[in-house]
Amino acid sequence: MTKRGRRYLMFVLAFVFVAAGWELYKAVGPEEGGTVLGMRIFARTDDRAMPHIWDMFARFGDPEVRGGEESIFVVVLRAAWYSFRCSLLAFVAGSALGIGLAVLMARFRLFERALMPYLVISQTVPIIVLAPLIFSLMAYQSRELAEKTWLAAVLLGVFLAFFPVAMGTLRGLQSTPAAPLELMDSYAAGWWKTLWKLRFPNAVPYLAPALRLAGAAAVVGVTVSEISLGVRFGVGRLILSYGQEATSDPPKLYTAVFGAAALGLVMAAVVMLIDRLLMRNRPPEAA
Amino acid sequence: MENTMTETSQAAVVVRDVNKIFNQGKPNQVDALVGIDLDVQPGEFISLIGPSGCGKSTLLRLVADLLEPTSGTVTIHGKTAHQARVDQDYGMAFQQSGLFEWRSVERNIELPLELKGWDKTKRRERAQEMLELVKLPEFAKHMPWQLSGGMQQRIAIARALASHPKLLLMDEPFGALDEMTREHMQAELLRICAAAGTTVVFVTHSIPEAVYLADRVVVMSPRPGRITDIVNVGLGRDRNELTREAGDFFARVTEVREALRGIEMADQARGIEDR
Repeated sequence: MTKRGRRYLMFVLAFVFVAAGWELYKAVGPEEGGTVLGMRIFARTDDRAMPHIWDMFARFGDPEVRGGEESIFVVVLRAAWYSFRCSLLAFVAGSALGIGLAVLMARFRLFERALMPYLVISQTVPIIVLAPLIFSLMAYQSRELAEKTWLAAVLLGVFLAFFPVAMGTLRGLQSTPAAPLELMDSYAAGWWKTLWKLRFPNAVPYLAPALRLAGAAAVVGVTVSEISLGVRFGVGRLILSYGQEATSDPPKLYTAVFGAAALGLVMAAVVMLIDRLLMRNRPPEAA
Repeated sequence: MENTMTETSQAAVVVRDVNKIFNQGKPNQVDALVGIDLDVQPGEFISLIGPSGCGKSTLLRLVADLLEPTSGTVTIHGKTAHQARVDQDYGMAFQQSGLFEWRSVERNIELPLELKGWDKTKRRERAQEMLELVKLPEFAKHMPWQLSGGMQQRIAIARALASHPKLLLMDEPFGALDEMTREHMQAELLRICAAAGTTVVFVTHSIPEAVYLADRVVVMSPRPGRITDIVNVGLGRDRNELTREAGDFFARVTEVREALRGIEMADQARGIEDR
């Protein structure tokens, strides 16, 4: 079997393994949960707390609301697609911002010293706090902006995505070996030419893994903000509202969770393609 | 006087009373080079040799204008070293080939031409010509990491010569190669430079390499870095594998070795005085 084939197989096997674990615990675990030394250790295993895996998938075929026209599959897919586009926008804008900041920091030492601490601190602010803050700032500006909750979600995706890209690119730009730098110097090439012909390509192996992190960060930023802000159309919103129905329709929540997972997978695939493109023609050990 | 003036302006490299002090006035001040005078004639091959810390690489970088002298002047074909660098009047090669791993072999060779603003067809043509010169014409589309160390170094030389500079500056370019490849590369370098009439300043650790390649071997000593001896090799221009076994060759090797040993002894003596 090819290496790639084996990878796909492992992916499927891992899912089967988790699903089997879920069902196994559901079969043998205590229905009402259990406590050890007064602490609640064992989760409830009834159908409300842990619906069967097959019920979750079966739910996809039913309408979203009882007697409704549209199947929940279509609704979740549409929401995931909506959130995916927001995430992609956040990923692209965040990466561009990260690269731009890295170039500025590499060019101006002062800029790096002034900005770096704030960049690091910025990532410690919980996004769940930041989302309403950003949104109320936007809403305060104008009525049109108040309508655009999705924009707030994208901004927060950008906020999470730019950081790994800025760090990775900066490290790459600064790790250019002395010999090629001297060579560019011997051609009397200026800073920007050296950036374009040498430092930037040299940073690509550092950029590729940073983009992987940024892709994941963009998805988290967007979906968490959607939950926090209740962005219409987004998969985060579905998780929020389906969660409220969890007592009456337990598998419903999981359809939205699977939708979010699919969104993450598609983003991972996009980033992997970009990685392939960037790292083609590189020495095999670096790729 | 008139005569010497014109001769000076025609020389390939003129180094006049150059001093280079690093960290001047600080506790870690290093007198890297003191009172350096050196004239290199067009088409001449000069080897710079000396123990580590003698400033041979620093001297090369002063000629290349990658460093600025603390005092004194460096002139290349009558221009300031800075102007010569801006005009890309020289090519340079280092111990690490310094090839860009993301560029194919031909695009590596084209790099200096690209920076000079040549158009693509002209660049391709020149790259191919250079590849033939270093006898690797079939490797244009390869990536550098697909080549052996010796081949990579040949590509680096092709890159250094791509814009047909009259001066080639080399800093231990064969230092990382095995002995067989190294000797082969030395012969190739002589062939290439003789064909183009290129002036070469070549930094090396190896006495036989210095002697085999050079018209003159400049012997340097450390603390402070200075020129202590210049050995005229006088083996003529036609050098081949037999040259390495000739009596004259060994005589020159011995001469350079003794010049270097003199430095070592003086250094030890000074060490005893310091105590």
